[in-house]
Amino acid sequence: MKKIAAALVLASALAVPSLAYAKDLTIEAKIASYRGPNAFFAIYVTKPDGSYDSTLWVAGQNQRYYRHLRNWVRGIAAAGGNIDGISGASVGAGQTLTVHASVADAMIDAGYQIHVDSAVENGGEYANDIVMPLAQASSGVAATGAGYVQSLTVTF
Amino acid sequence: MLRRIHSFPGLLAGLLVMFMALSGAFLSLQPAIAQWQAGTAAAQLDVAALSDAVARQFPTVSRIVRQASGAVVAYSDGSGGQTATRIDPSSGAALGPYETSPVFAFMTELHRSLFLGQGGHVVAGLAALSMLVLSISGGLLLVTRLGGWPKVLGVAKGSFKQRLHVDIGRIALLALLLSGLTGAYMSLVSIGLVSTGQDGFIPFPTTVDGGTPAPVSTLAALQALPLAQLRELVFPAQGDPTDVFTITTNAGQGFVDQASGAMLGFVPNSVGQTVYEAFYTLHTGQGIAWLGLMLGLAALTVPVMSVSGALIWWSRRRNQPRLKHNVAGGAADTIILVGSEGNSTWGFAKVLHDALTLAGHRVHTAPMNSLARHYGKARRMFVLTATYGDGAAPQSASRFLSRLERFQPTPDLAFAVLGFGDRSFPHFCQFADDVGAALLATGMDQLQPWAAIDRQSSQSFAQWGVETGMRLGAPLHLVHTPSLPRTTRLELVDRDDYGIEVQAPTSVLRFAMPGAKRGGLSTWRGFGRRLPRFEVGDLVGILPPGSAIPRYYSLASASRDGVLEICVRKQTGGLCSEFLHALTPGDSIEVFVRSNPDFRPGRGFSPLIMIGAGTGIAPLAGFIRHNRHHRPVHLYWGGRDPRSDFLYAVDMAECLDDARLARFTPAFSRTVGGRYVQQSLRDDVGAIRDLVAQGARIMVCGGQDMAGGVRTALDDILAPLGHSAQSLKSMGRYLEDVY
Repeated sequence: MKKIAAALVLASALAVPSLAYAKDLTIEAKIASYRGPNAFFAIYVTKPDGSYDSTLWVAGQNQRYYRHLRNWVRGIAAAGGNIDGISGASVGAGQTLTVHASVADAMIDAGYQIHVDSAVENGGEYANDIVMPLAQASSGVAATGAGYVQSLTVTF
Repeated sequence: MLRRIHSFPGLLAGLLVMFMALSGAFLSLQPAIAQWQAGTAAAQLDVAALSDAVARQFPTVSRIVRQASGAVVAYSDGSGGQTATRIDPSSGAALGPYETSPVFAFMTELHRSLFLGQGGHVVAGLAALSMLVLSISGGLLLVTRLGGWPKVLGVAKGSFKQRLHVDIGRIALLALLLSGLTGAYMSLVSIGLVSTGQDGFIPFPTTVDGGTPAPVSTLAALQALPLAQLRELVFPAQGDPTDVFTITTNAGQGFVDQASGAMLGFVPNSVGQTVYEAFYTLHTGQGIAWLGLMLGLAALTVPVMSVSGALIWWSRRRNQPRLKHNVAGGAADTIILVGSEGNSTWGFAKVLHDALTLAGHRVHTAPMNSLARHYGKARRMFVLTATYGDGAAPQSASRFLSRLERFQPTPDLAFAVLGFGDRSFPHFCQFADDVGAALLATGMDQLQPWAAIDRQSSQSFAQWGVETGMRLGAPLHLVHTPSLPRTTRLELVDRDDYGIEVQAPTSVLRFAMPGAKRGGLSTWRGFGRRLPRFEVGDLVGILPPGSAIPRYYSLASASRDGVLEICVRKQTGGLCSEFLHALTPGDSIEVFVRSNPDFRPGRGFSPLIMIGAGTGIAPLAGFIRHNRHHRPVHLYWGGRDPRSDFLYAVDMAECLDDARLARFTPAFSRTVGGRYVQQSLRDDVGAIRDLVAQGARIMVCGGQDMAGGVRTALDDILAPLGHSAQSLKSMGRYLEDVY
């Protein structure tokens, strides 16, 4: 009986921090109006020192084109990482992509930044198309991009 | 089997393949336009010098791309987004803004995915795969049809749509094969089923110098690279000394340190990537404009191939009788092979097929040309065949004897041959004889002795069935009711009679649709009931009353003339010719038309030598009357007496006057110093040699004896040129219509 109780205590001790640890994000990326094939882009997070931390979402599944998302690919190639489960189809002009992701609570308002790299086949490529702080104050506020991602809204 | 492999994707994916081919043909213009716009630069800079020149003009340059056409484009960041500028490869100077063509971008996406994303890539891939299967099976069919690899460039025979399909196919085959193969591979890569071996992330260099960036023009790795090998150069982010140049060449990818100028971590292209790039270039023609245009032209033939192919499939399907319970060759215990020219033998085959099936046999019935290499379970093989012309193979058996050379009969397979023919012809069932001998020579046993059916006799067929049933141990009731082609009723409009004085009564008979008398209101009344379609030289089948066997006559008119014209000599005791000679205007007959596409002058302007005797002039006169383009025609014709049987004398005189006929040499046998047409040929040795040397085509129409005499005469005349009737025949320049 004691053992079971101890196990329960231990389990809840492990479970509760993890509940507090994760923060769910809703990401809405609106693609600009342009003529051409679908845009592919990566949404990722950098550490306070500017180095790559983690990837939130990759639109575009053909890995042959990833090298055009230059800043992101540089980070993930150095840090290593797997994008299984956090990637999907490329997105056409004028469309909006909505995806969900989660980050650690501790990363919010701690100097982390959200970046977007975007590119289009035989078109332009934009490293750091959008850079916005991962801060409570910018939740729900649209950030404007210079390239194929017209605006990015992160809500948490 | 091969034919089925060919027609299945053709019919199923015809429209899709056509669509892909047409969009591809349009896209093939793009490399040519790009190459023309890029021009040819005399001396090109190295990558370092070019980058330096670009960076001076555009301090915010982020990327330089060299396209397959040789055009160089620089991308630089500005306040209003990215701008793309065309760069002169020989000086690095800006040439003006670079814009991609929205039309080509749209068509490219349409061509490779139909704007349907991943599913669209699969559809495009299936189209390419269909094209690949069609090219390979079509090529193999072509080789079989023309009689082996050495004859693959020989003359195509058959109806217009068949010749069109074969001739265009031969020209476009290699290009279509290439497009299909490369397209299918590219789709597999797009879908992700095939890897190019370069899917992982290229590791970013960790050993960056980090020192002060050196001027671009001094970077050794860029200096060493000629512009022609560059694909793309990405500049480091400004103000980040740890960033590097990323460079893609036609050999691989690497990084260049912006302080030391060293190449860091160059990864050469994988074999898969090299293959992919080669296929990409071969498919798109990027950088090889002439190849692209050639592939585009070939793609334009696809709609013609699709439509003619579908028509061929349809007419073959319509012409073969529907057989119930036709078992596959490998599973059947009984094989029936049919050699038929006009389809009447198929009627007998169907009766035999049904009776044997009813008796519990598993029967496979097919044209003789479809003889397989072996039939695994077959115990007996029936060959039912007609004979064509002078002992030759009928249409559906034309390749039987050559296929038989590779036939491997199982030890317990026995055969029986049943010939169909007309005893009044000198070579009665000659081909059936030949087939029987050839089958014996393979070592097979004979199931029952060779038999023949004269003039489609239902009685003798039933009798043969009784004998066959006894050998098989079960009665076989073969009840054949002759089925005839659908006939049209025509009315005799007028007739010209010749040759009575020289004991060769010959008449030119003209028929029309009933009520469609020439001229005036009556023509309008006949409108809507038009003649069946026929060309000069086609055959009309006429059923004399009291006979089920049609007689064939060559046509001297085309259906657009509004009349059906034949020339008939009265044969004593000839059922049909006596019937026709007894007709008076207003009387009607039942006819059907059979196409004879292998006896036509064809297109072109090479001279024609036409040779005929007696009624053989009929189709020749028809061709000459239709010779509106004044192609040079030289006519040799033999009759008996100019005062009595000079057929078409008036018409030919008119044609000589207005140059539809260049020269006419008649010969008459019953005059003083009488001669045959062969002798006229021998007198004109010089002229005939000249014409043949100019590429003349020879057309012969008339009886067996005359045709033989003409062949011998021409062999002698043409020997010095190294030609013979046979050699011209194999080139499609010697055509015969002999009866």
